[in-house]
Amino acid sequence: MTILPEHKNPLLSAKQLTCIREERILFEQLNLQINAGDIVQIEGPNGAGKTSLLRILAGLSEPYEGQICFYTDGQVQTINEDREQFHQNLLYLGHLPGVKGEMTATENLTFNLALHGLNTSAVEADLAQVNLVGFEDSLASHLSAGQHRRIALAQLLSSQAKIWILDEPFTAIDKQGVENLERLFLKHAEQGGCVILTTHQDLIIAKANLKKITLAYRFY
Amino acid sequence: MNAAGNNDFKNSQSHVINRVQLSYLAAFNLMVKRDLTIALRHKDDILNPLLFFVIVVTLFPLGIGPEANTLSRIAPGIIWVAALLSTLLSLDRLFKADHSDGSLEQMLLSPHPIFILVLAKIVAHWLITGLPLIIVAPLLAVLLHFNEQSYGALLLTLLLGTPVLSLLGAIGVALTVGIKKGGVLLSLLVLPLYIPVLIFATSAIDTAALNLPYGGQLAIIAALFFGSLTLAPFAVGAALKVSTN
Repeated sequence: MTILPEHKNPLLSAKQLTCIREERILFEQLNLQINAGDIVQIEGPNGAGKTSLLRILAGLSEPYEGQICFYTDGQVQTINEDREQFHQNLLYLGHLPGVKGEMTATENLTFNLALHGLNTSAVEADLAQVNLVGFEDSLASHLSAGQHRRIALAQLLSSQAKIWILDEPFTAIDKQGVENLERLFLKHAEQGGCVILTTHQDLIIAKANLKKITLAYRFY
Repeated sequence: MNAAGNNDFKNSQSHVINRVQLSYLAAFNLMVKRDLTIALRHKDDILNPLLFFVIVVTLFPLGIGPEANTLSRIAPGIIWVAALLSTLLSLDRLFKADHSDGSLEQMLLSPHPIFILVLAKIVAHWLITGLPLIIVAPLLAVLLHFNEQSYGALLLTLLLGTPVLSLLGAIGVALTVGIKKGGVLLSLLVLPLYIPVLIFATSAIDTAALNLPYGGQLAIIAALFFGSLTLAPFAVGAALKVSTN
């Protein structure tokens, strides 16, 4: 395992985040900074607010308090100031894969890439890389849960986004697939991107490259 | 390790060529094409509202009796109310499926402004549900002894009015998409907004039956159409953000 070089330039930072759900404080006054080259694993028991944190970082949910800034070309902006620029640099995969059952694997991936303004010429190769050879023209509704997720994850291969936010990316993925994904994360981090993910699995990524944020379950 | 090396090569190459110019028109076309593909593979999306429309309209002569005078008197109302209800029936599909499989989140996080994508979805919805109604309506009008002079008015009001139904309905769906059983709430929200369209459309058809000019009513429906065409996509975008929060 290679140890990644320390990048000091930040990509995303959160200041004084507070999140309240169902009158329960999930976390308050949370500050964090994510630099280029970071792989950040968010840990915590069920209901601790991992998904809420990811959704807030992606700008899908509004935090109760606090703000999220992102850094491009040496400029700092809150994510609401220039959403289009932020979204060009963001790839978020939630715990729902966002794959349409009525479309084939190829159509799904082509649409997802085109929606983010990416070139769709490498779709077949990407699907082959996620072990979906022979399923390119099958309707997604005929595929398994793991294959759905693989269609969604195939976006990572062509993504130009610096910030990857992945909610439980390993759900329904087999061991070999998990290993390939972790290798992909490392490569993305080496190229100056960052990965923020939640998972209950232990990652094989060397400890030196992995940062952890642990959210505790709070009762009040 | 070898495979990883190949990967590196592929990706470093794609870094140069991969970013395609973002264009509003391309995003719009992409979304319309996708929604039409899905609807064509999921045929009840198209057939359900259309069959509902046809059945409701054909039930009226059976229930009221075949007198030509009575039927032609109430025909505009029947056709328009049936159109309202069948649109309402189809509205749910506009965002519900996308919300439940996560593609709505991807739409909201795409680099395109959300109103473009929303407008595309509404246009696709109208092509799937509104357009078939307009095609079938003249046939059903014959069934109801429709006044000969009012066929033009019927088509024109439907042509201008059904897009308004899709546009206004989309706001209601966007607001209720996060709620598990939002159906009742949706009708309560949306049907009152449909009333102006109903009033002016039926009034235009009635006026046409008397051989009087109905341009005024048509102009009001056109105003409703352009008003909702320009404003509804923004409202829908904002509502979707709230619903997925």
